[in-house]
Amino acid sequence: MTMRTFRIWRGDATGGEFKTYKQETGEGMVVLDVIHRIQAEQANDMAVRWNCKAGKCGSCSMEINGKPKLACMTRMNLYHPDETITCQPVKTFPIQKDLASDVSWNYEQNKKIQPFTPKPRDPDGKYRMSQADVDRVQEFRKCIECFLCQDVCHVLRDHERHDAFVGPRFLIRLASLDMHPLDTADRIPKIKEEYGSGFCNITRCCTEVCPEHIGITDNGIIPLKERVVDRFYDPIMMLKRKLFGGC
Amino acid sequence: MVDVSELQTVEHDILVIGAGGAGLRAAVECAQSGKNTAVICKSLLGKAHTVMAEGGMAAALGNVDARDNWKVHFRDTMRGSKFLSTWRMAELHAKNAPERVNELEEWGAVFDRTQDGLINQRNFGGHRYPRLAHVGDRTGLEMIRTLQDYGVHQGMEVYMECKALDLLLDADGRIAGVLCLWRDSGRFLLVKTRAVILATGGGGRCWRVTSNSWEYTGDGYDLAYQAGAELMDMEFTQFHPTGMVWPPSVRGTLVTEGVRGEGGILLNNKNERFMFNYIPDRFKSETADTIEEAEKWLQGVDGARRPPELLTRDVVARAILAEVKAGRGSPQGGAFLDIANRRDADFIKRKLPSMYHQFRELAEVDITREAMQVGPTLHYFMGGIRVDSDSQQTRVPGLFACGECSAGMHGANRLGGNSLSDLLVFGHLAGQGAVTYTNEDSGAPPAIDDEQVVRCIRFATDILNREEGTNPYLLHDKIQDIMGEHVGIVRTGEDLSRGVDLLEKLQEDVQQVKAHGASQFNAGWHEALDLRPMMLTSESVARAALLREESRGAHTRLDFEGEQENWGQVNIVIRKGDEGMEVEKINRPEPPEALASIAFASIEDLESGKVNS
Amino acid sequence: MSPSTLTGGHKAGLAQTLRADSWWTGPALTATILLGFITYSTWAAFQANHYWVDGGAEGFGGYLSPFYSPVLLVDTQAEGSVPAHHSWFGEKPDWWPSSLPFSPAFLILAFPGAFRFTCYYYRKAYYRTFTGTPPGCSVGAVPQKKYKGETSFLIFQNLHRYALYFAIAFIFILSWDAFQSYFRGGKIGIGVGSVVLTLNVVFLSCYTFGCHSYRHLIGGKMNRFSGCAIVQTRHRAWQGCSWLNTRHMLFAWVSLFGVALTDVYVRLVSMNVIKDFNTWN
Repeated sequence: MTMRTFRIWRGDATGGEFKTYKQETGEGMVVLDVIHRIQAEQANDMAVRWNCKAGKCGSCSMEINGKPKLACMTRMNLYHPDETITCQPVKTFPIQKDLASDVSWNYEQNKKIQPFTPKPRDPDGKYRMSQADVDRVQEFRKCIECFLCQDVCHVLRDHERHDAFVGPRFLIRLASLDMHPLDTADRIPKIKEEYGSGFCNITRCCTEVCPEHIGITDNGIIPLKERVVDRFYDPIMMLKRKLFGGC
Repeated sequence: MVDVSELQTVEHDILVIGAGGAGLRAAVECAQSGKNTAVICKSLLGKAHTVMAEGGMAAALGNVDARDNWKVHFRDTMRGSKFLSTWRMAELHAKNAPERVNELEEWGAVFDRTQDGLINQRNFGGHRYPRLAHVGDRTGLEMIRTLQDYGVHQGMEVYMECKALDLLLDADGRIAGVLCLWRDSGRFLLVKTRAVILATGGGGRCWRVTSNSWEYTGDGYDLAYQAGAELMDMEFTQFHPTGMVWPPSVRGTLVTEGVRGEGGILLNNKNERFMFNYIPDRFKSETADTIEEAEKWLQGVDGARRPPELLTRDVVARAILAEVKAGRGSPQGGAFLDIANRRDADFIKRKLPSMYHQFRELAEVDITREAMQVGPTLHYFMGGIRVDSDSQQTRVPGLFACGECSAGMHGANRLGGNSLSDLLVFGHLAGQGAVTYTNEDSGAPPAIDDEQVVRCIRFATDILNREEGTNPYLLHDKIQDIMGEHVGIVRTGEDLSRGVDLLEKLQEDVQQVKAHGASQFNAGWHEALDLRPMMLTSESVARAALLREESRGAHTRLDFEGEQENWGQVNIVIRKGDEGMEVEKINRPEPPEALASIAFASIEDLESGKVNS
Repeated sequence: MSPSTLTGGHKAGLAQTLRADSWWTGPALTATILLGFITYSTWAAFQANHYWVDGGAEGFGGYLSPFYSPVLLVDTQAEGSVPAHHSWFGEKPDWWPSSLPFSPAFLILAFPGAFRFTCYYYRKAYYRTFTGTPPGCSVGAVPQKKYKGETSFLIFQNLHRYALYFAIAFIFILSWDAFQSYFRGGKIGIGVGSVVLTLNVVFLSCYTFGCHSYRHLIGGKMNRFSGCAIVQTRHRAWQGCSWLNTRHMLFAWVSLFGVALTDVYVRLVSMNVIKDFNTWN
């Protein structure tokens, strides 16, 4: 057991401050374990979201020493024993209380996205796709909606363009739909206009913080940008479409 | 004094409590039928414990082995349940599961594929054929995300981070509404509704070593019980054989059965495959008795019988416990689960990516190089709210239940993979049941009893307002101590009685629980509010376990070993009586002949078509 | 609460962060290398000499610096320049204004330059380093009134694929240069220079064929990878490209160094500062 120092933001929309807690920690603990101990022993009313404690639900997103992370997957031995560990709520969304932010904006974005629109089933009532067809889509569907990518994306975090850009999480959701072998909907115009693919300048912070290690930028957003180029920017492709049809 | 007319009030036809697989599937059904539907959940949408389901959902699609069909699935389920499943539910489940899975795919789920491009299926404990439609080892996530993304477009309202405190009944005892609490603002929400579907999951948090998240405090049991519904089979709590044992802070976190399904084996510290020593008579004819045969099965050799690692969960959990007790456990007090020496690293990373990730990040173990250490963890409640098999309605008019919080489907032991398909099948049926109910009951909306509302609000706010009292976290710890020590995997009458006594004593402290701070997003207050359901859950498990004097499935009594025929004829039912909890044995109805002939047939007879049904 | 601290304890403003690690090493390194390369390549381009190591007969078999390939026009007066017949369009025209510095490299560097400028990897590198959008992850970005990303002035980045087409042409040209360097005076052989030229092409190919636009065009744009032979071939090509693509950053830098060092090598040999070991001498 060693004594560790934590600085945790306590407060709500009206203000607050960092409070310092000293807490005994044990072997193999993660940051969330220590926060739970502090909560049980020193700060009963501290707000912190969590569920699965195994990196599968994406609830305990916060900023630990300035980095967006899942508290349940951040091991204490990552830090020097003397290091003070600072925990804050995610920055990009309005704070509710302590370590919890109001992430409802994300749920609004999801509603705006045209859902999966499959072609009819085969005559025997089944669908057929090969594993190679779905590999890409499955990567995106690993997303646990922790919204760390939304938090770190500077378009939302610093420039606050929530009005024009859906953020990395929903761009990969769009990618998972657009690349789906069974889907029939055309979302490319909206990806450009409404969802704002052009706002992403591919600086890849979303990919860096993704706890599921999804290639958000390289496998999701850039392919979408290229699909937008096909439709709206590439004169040869546009001519080809004029001459031979298709999209 | 609270003025009920000033509470935030909303009206719906149907309110679903819980947004896991069952709740969302039920809500989709209601919304698609044109009902004004709402879902409330304690966490954010999409975080329910369904995301933790790993292995897959069982459905006799026959994509991998064409011999599979609903009858074999039904037979597996009944045998796995030690013949205590409700016959009709097991039948409905086996028959409906394939269509529910296909439907999920149509709504956007992207399952792993076979060579032919169909939904792939994997082997799992207790299932005769590869039957589990899966997505690597994150099937639950796929399911909940699919239902969530599909559901929000069906026109349902979702109230997130909102806890149902009490069900409100009208003068005739019909469902009239639900009093809820917004966890973030600390304000109350009054939902007026004709029907409620409970989909609140189990109550694993009553134990310390559990795979369940904080939400699993038995809320549905408490809500239903207080409203007058019955609970059934509460003694059957499933301990999953493979939970993590180290580090201490993640003790209990699930290690999917898929590891064994993909060829993983269990070893003791003498490097023996000890499961060969624990094959129950009932499964001897269908289980490999030599390592050679088990290896052949893994290679897909026809006629080879299944390895004993894939026996039902109760058997494997008890075997691991026995090995540890006999001093043959792993250094950290479990058994070794080895896949590293069985499959190459790429295969493991592709088929079990989140297990690889979980062990690497949490335990600093590379499962492609070394064995995991695993031990039993409280995972699932077979028992729960007693419902009608077809409509999922409880005995309270307008109250429905589905998923883990309902009883009947899994009997004394649940097969892995039957849970996810249970959520879909019975979520769908509960939705239909509630729709039918609200269609038939179209008169004046049931009236809310204001006094009941005030009473409920006062119960909740008293916790904040009283001058002093016990720390809710401490009380939760005590419940876990009692349940871990006295109501564990193996039980005795003496232990259970002691457990019941201790719980009764603890009740006094629970009445005097105190939460400090304001009402806004107050974790301590929420913890305190979860104590009542946890106490109810714990007490009902302990009392039911005390009554059942035999060992069957997940319920093991050291003082009553083995299954007793007379106990196979009864279920234990719990209800709220005038003087506290009533625990009663009720006789099980005779099974329909057609179903009995399938369940009791030998597999050869069933497959050669000798069984008529 | 100081004015620069927001609710939640975050800091506002450029380069503000609670990160304690040295997040700035990435941008600093990028700045150093990129500026170094630009300085060197500009200098080398202005030299307009010593970009050719003569191989003797018919000009076939020499080493040509990648900065100067292909030679479109040549000023044969310069030291270490290619023979006139080796240039696509011969001698530098007489009308070339003497006030304008002449270098065959000027006509060329623009194309690979455009490819790298619009590259999906380099964009990350220089947006972080030079425009501060953002300088690092969860590090305060340069404040802007209304951030527009690549929807406004930077919209030209969408034409990256056209830069790719030129870059692929250069792969062929440089491959031809490398191929030629194994033949001198009609005799097959090998020299350090030919190995250098070959490696340069290999690195450039790894970079070019790992390009995101290429990955899209070769197969990524399809939604189904199973089907007829053409689809399957494209899928395999996409897989190969994806392998390179995950290493795009690595090859972006390796090939950048490769090109510069190849020029350095050719220059030094051409200036007789160092000697090229080969099988002909």
